[in-house]
Amino acid sequence: MLKNKDLITYLFILIFGLSAPFIFPAFKVQLSILCILIVLATTWNIQGGEMGYNTFGNILFYGLGMYLCASVQVGMFFPLAEWTESGGEKTFVHTPAQFFQGMAAGLIVAAVVPTIVAGLIGYSILGLRGHYFAICTLGLGVAAGEISGGIEIIGAGQGFTTPPFPDVGGLEARGEFFYFLSFFALVFTFITVKAIYSTRFKLILNAIRDNEDKAEAMGIQTMKYKIIGWMVSAFFCGLAGGIMGGLVGYIDSTDVAFDGREMGVFMVLMAILGGKGTLWGPIIGATIFHIFKEGFWTFFLGWQYVALGVLIVVIVIYFPEGLMGWLREKYPEKFGEVVDEKDRKAQVELK
Amino acid sequence: MDFLVFQVPMLTIQALLDGLLLGILFALIAYGMALQWGVMNIINIAQGDLVILGGYIAYFMYLYGIHPGWGVIVSPIIMYFVGIGIYKLVINKVVDRDLFISILATFGISILFMQLMNFAFGADVVLANSGYGTTMLFDNSVTLPNSKIFSAVVSIVFAVGLVIYMKRSKLGRAIRATAQNARAAKILGVDTEKVYAATFGINAALCGVAGALISITFTIHPYMGLPYTIRSFMIVIVAGLGNLPGVALSGMGLGIFEEFADYILGTEFRIGSVFLLLVLILVYRRFKLSRKREYLK
Repeated sequence: MLKNKDLITYLFILIFGLSAPFIFPAFKVQLSILCILIVLATTWNIQGGEMGYNTFGNILFYGLGMYLCASVQVGMFFPLAEWTESGGEKTFVHTPAQFFQGMAAGLIVAAVVPTIVAGLIGYSILGLRGHYFAICTLGLGVAAGEISGGIEIIGAGQGFTTPPFPDVGGLEARGEFFYFLSFFALVFTFITVKAIYSTRFKLILNAIRDNEDKAEAMGIQTMKYKIIGWMVSAFFCGLAGGIMGGLVGYIDSTDVAFDGREMGVFMVLMAILGGKGTLWGPIIGATIFHIFKEGFWTFFLGWQYVALGVLIVVIVIYFPEGLMGWLREKYPEKFGEVVDEKDRKAQVELK
Repeated sequence: MDFLVFQVPMLTIQALLDGLLLGILFALIAYGMALQWGVMNIINIAQGDLVILGGYIAYFMYLYGIHPGWGVIVSPIIMYFVGIGIYKLVINKVVDRDLFISILATFGISILFMQLMNFAFGADVVLANSGYGTTMLFDNSVTLPNSKIFSAVVSIVFAVGLVIYMKRSKLGRAIRATAQNARAAKILGVDTEKVYAATFGINAALCGVAGALISITFTIHPYMGLPYTIRSFMIVIVAGLGNLPGVALSGMGLGIFEEFADYILGTEFRIGSVFLLLVLILVYRRFKLSRKREYLK
């Protein structure tokens, strides 16, 4: 149900997104990371916002995608073990054709395998509720990081260098390639999420959030929808991870891939900051968060994590409804809610 | 995979004893977590970081020439006030709210503490040398550092002392009453706000004791907190809230599991196996409950 006005907005955003690397050529990498962050926040919102399952475990799919994409890209043409053993030294060089073929195949694997993993573990994990689910997924993410840090073939503790960008067009081309890759991932995610939010699926997710037992009593197979929702998230998290691996150029088990302390918290924080349970909230939250992070991180210089910790506490305690939630409370008419003036006045008096 | 530990009986005994003594220490941390979870209904992700902070207090005493063994007295006193401070600043705003809010807020505190400790004390792995020596058992084939025995004894003393305190003292009664029904306790004149603050302070003090003992027996590092949180969470969910013998038993079980995992899988998978065990335990309980159409919550 696209209205004319919406269509113009989307077209404007699309054109802006396509021309952004040419308008801000110096910020290509930042813009690519922003796209990835928005993808992560939006997919986290499917669980945390719409379904009421606060997961710390989506980082699992992100890291999995990152390792898988890089492994496939290397493994298709060269022996993987020798590649990781040689570390930073470039004994093997991808030709441009090999690089792009490998990237394409790698991204497909990076998206599909986490989806399958989500489907397989979904039945066990999603049977937990509330904080047990949160802690369990937190454990899952950290366990994946610790275990992948002990596996030799993907670099163990010393990390995994992803194939460097081939020699076509230099640094500019590299930036543009990864920007457009992540931007298309973002568009793909947005279209999918918007599409599923306009179907019955979203209502079912909301029903699960509001009262799962009653939803089940109404004849909804809640488990099926929970797993499908998680699989959708896993698909895009894996894709985002694969792109991010290529963009960063270096994968470490606990600091880049399964980085629960950064990405894992960022995605939760961004969605909450923007307002969970809304389509635009995570996008706005991610943008604000990224601008704040890039703008102020350099001022803190080493104190980033202190600032991050304080930021988490402040947002969670004083701002749990997020920006969209705050706007919704202030201007309920704009969100299509019918407001009874008398009721509103009575509530104000109560406060 | 290496099953040498089962083929050499002395190695088995070594792992068992190590695990047992380690587990008593875990049980002490888990006891604090069970206390605050039961009374205030919050899950404190920063638990492990409080432990590490307590450890650094003992370490600094060691640096300034005081025997780190005294850390088990000094550390809890300082940590009690740290705990009260955290409660007044953050925790009192999340007590009545959704559990996820408390998880996320304490996660923020955990990151904050981690980084502050990293700045203040450096990123080196340190230990406070107690100089207690070692005991040799079975013809010198099993080595047992005396510091581990010391830590187990001190843990038991503190745990038993706290149980008695909770049973006998006025504050202990108030804490137990609040845990049972906060509203009713309030009506009957218990200052629940004070009780919550005291509970969090006592929890932090327990973490301080455990941290001081860890800095004597093992090593401490600013980023080592989260595994301790996960261990204590695991012990509490296995034992159940308010089941103290259960906490002690499952703590020891976890300690033994870890030592064997260390021998069999290798040290690099030790922490990973702890986290994986948590996932497996939760999934096991979920399937067990789902037979009765119930769920963990």
